[in-house]
Amino acid sequence: MSEQFLWFASRGSGIVSLLLLTTVTVLGLTSMVRWQRPTWPRFLTNDLHSNLALLSVVFVGVHVTSAILDPFTNLGIYAATIPFASSYRPLWVGLGVISVYLFVALIVTSLLRERLGQRTWRLVHWVAYAGWPLAVVHSMGSGSDAFALWMMAIEALCIGVVALALTWRVAAGRTNREQLPAVVGASPRVHAPYADGDHR
Amino acid sequence: MKRTVERTVGRLVVDPIVCDGHGLCAELLPELIELDDWGYPILRSPAVPRDLAAYARRAVAACPVLALKLVPPE
Amino acid sequence: MTFEARLLAGPAFAAGMEPYAAHRARLGQLPPPRPELIDTIVASGLLGRGGAGFPVGRKWQAVESRSLDDARILVNGAEAEPLSAKDRALMHSRPHLVLDGALLAAGVLGAREIVLYVGARHVDAQRSLQRAIAERGRLRVPVRIVLAPDAYVAGEESAAVHFVNASDARPTVTPPRPFESGIDGYPTLVQNVESLANVALIARGGDAWYRSLGRGETRGTALVTVSGAPHGGVREIELGMRVGEIAAVSGVAPESVHAVLLGGYFGRWLTREQAWPVPLDPLALRAAGATFGAGVISFLPAHQCGVAATATVLEYMAAQSAAQCGPCVFGLRAIADTTFALATNSAGVHDLERLERWTGQITGRGACRHPDGAVAQLASAMAAFSRDFASHARGRGCEVAPALRQAA
Repeated sequence: MSEQFLWFASRGSGIVSLLLLTTVTVLGLTSMVRWQRPTWPRFLTNDLHSNLALLSVVFVGVHVTSAILDPFTNLGIYAATIPFASSYRPLWVGLGVISVYLFVALIVTSLLRERLGQRTWRLVHWVAYAGWPLAVVHSMGSGSDAFALWMMAIEALCIGVVALALTWRVAAGRTNREQLPAVVGASPRVHAPYADGDHR
Repeated sequence: MKRTVERTVGRLVVDPIVCDGHGLCAELLPELIELDDWGYPILRSPAVPRDLAAYARRAVAACPVLALKLVPPE
Repeated sequence: MTFEARLLAGPAFAAGMEPYAAHRARLGQLPPPRPELIDTIVASGLLGRGGAGFPVGRKWQAVESRSLDDARILVNGAEAEPLSAKDRALMHSRPHLVLDGALLAAGVLGAREIVLYVGARHVDAQRSLQRAIAERGRLRVPVRIVLAPDAYVAGEESAAVHFVNASDARPTVTPPRPFESGIDGYPTLVQNVESLANVALIARGGDAWYRSLGRGETRGTALVTVSGAPHGGVREIELGMRVGEIAAVSGVAPESVHAVLLGGYFGRWLTREQAWPVPLDPLALRAAGATFGAGVISFLPAHQCGVAATATVLEYMAAQSAAQCGPCVFGLRAIADTTFALATNSAGVHDLERLERWTGQITGRGACRHPDGAVAQLASAMAAFSRDFASHARGRGCEVAPALRQAA
């Protein structure tokens, strides 16, 4: 196998992974704001979100494997599995390792959600919000193309769409559940008592 | 009746406290679930016939809060 | 009304609490709790008095079959129904009857604890119960009083248990029901105070004695709360007595009545003509699509608009939702707003259609029966006041002066 090939495979699959994970994050936020159109039902957002997450596992797998196999990097199994154990840019690679673990946790708990229950799943899903930012930071710090213009454009695009989606999510306000007490608590307009006075 | 039991794979139940009116269940199983005026599911008929079993399971899995459950027949 | 009072036998209400000595002198010693008591209760046909009318004996059987001597008794005296006063009257003046019933339940069902769940605002009832507990001295089973929050749904079975367990008086999803898993997860008997008072009498008198009174299928006597009457208040009636008879004793002239609300805010409206001959018999009422409910008999005066009264009830019910289930929160708010608009002549014909649609949609889709009750009350109002609803929908009010105005 040509070393160039492995190097390209690692970088390429890394970038694709980043793009996929960005899309997954945006779809997750879109799901929270309950956006839908007649041609784009809710389940489409959700299913795309889960399926692209699964697809990204493939690309992350290729990314990590080709990086380990590439003889030009000093990355071995340990560097890829133990955070900050790499001799090459330990911080940035380490953040990538953590990011992968968070995504694995997300995917495993999502596949087993019905068995684990909603509460456990939600807890892990919240914690894994850190997954995407870590992936972005990892890509900015460990990639050899980090300062190439096209790479920076990709980073900017990813950060931009997530920032937009996050703003949208925050602006969309409370869920149904959180609004229920407000709907109920509307003060009674009618003060004409129907019943007789209070029987003490 | 025995015949009916064989033809259903269970019945659908919505936990009304957990349900938050997301509505994916009605999208995925319109034969059995429709939404009321406020986006909450109405189960037209709780019994799930065999030919809708796979769709019902998918709807259960799709609920963002796991409010929809498929209870096996007793 | 010439029958021998049972629950209210003894000193008059005005005398307040009947002390232990007088209670024992009048009724004799409490019989020891025996498993056969459950069969006696079943044979008596005693129905629960909390509003659901569930057979008391069956409930005891359900708890008994699950109890491993670790059951709990929750005596439900929350009485949040605004039109009902009988439970607090009973707790105030006959606390020992209630305690007798609770102690019998604890003995027969193998319970470790009795919780008296009393409405926080019912101070007379609380004081009587506290004095009664003190008068009893040492009891085989610990008894404690828990004050129920002042909310309509706090008296619901699962809400009561939820409050005792977690200080949250909101209903929970069932199953499991309290008889399976209640206080601290143990099989729990949740029973209305009047039901337990009846058990205390049945334990002494037997089922044949209990069944010796009653005009129809449902036997025995019951407490009712009469409102909208010159001499209203809490009364004991023989089951099967007709609304017209109660009206007469309460000083209500037929011409002065527009309609009657039976059961409670979750009950049913009847026009005066329909109501007068109706027997107050839970089984007969249920068969006729009405309900005995919490024994509420409320007379709507002739000059008060039925649509307005319905709107008032619905506004209360909507505001009292526990805010947990979408169909209840949004559904009750929608029907309350629409009925209010009808009452103030600011609604249209489409609103009547909407009300019809919603009454079909909301029932059975909440965690508890709160929305069901509100909707059933509305459906009965639309039947009883159908002409008035129609003319309000045309913006023309009704024959009765429209009584509803926006509060300032």
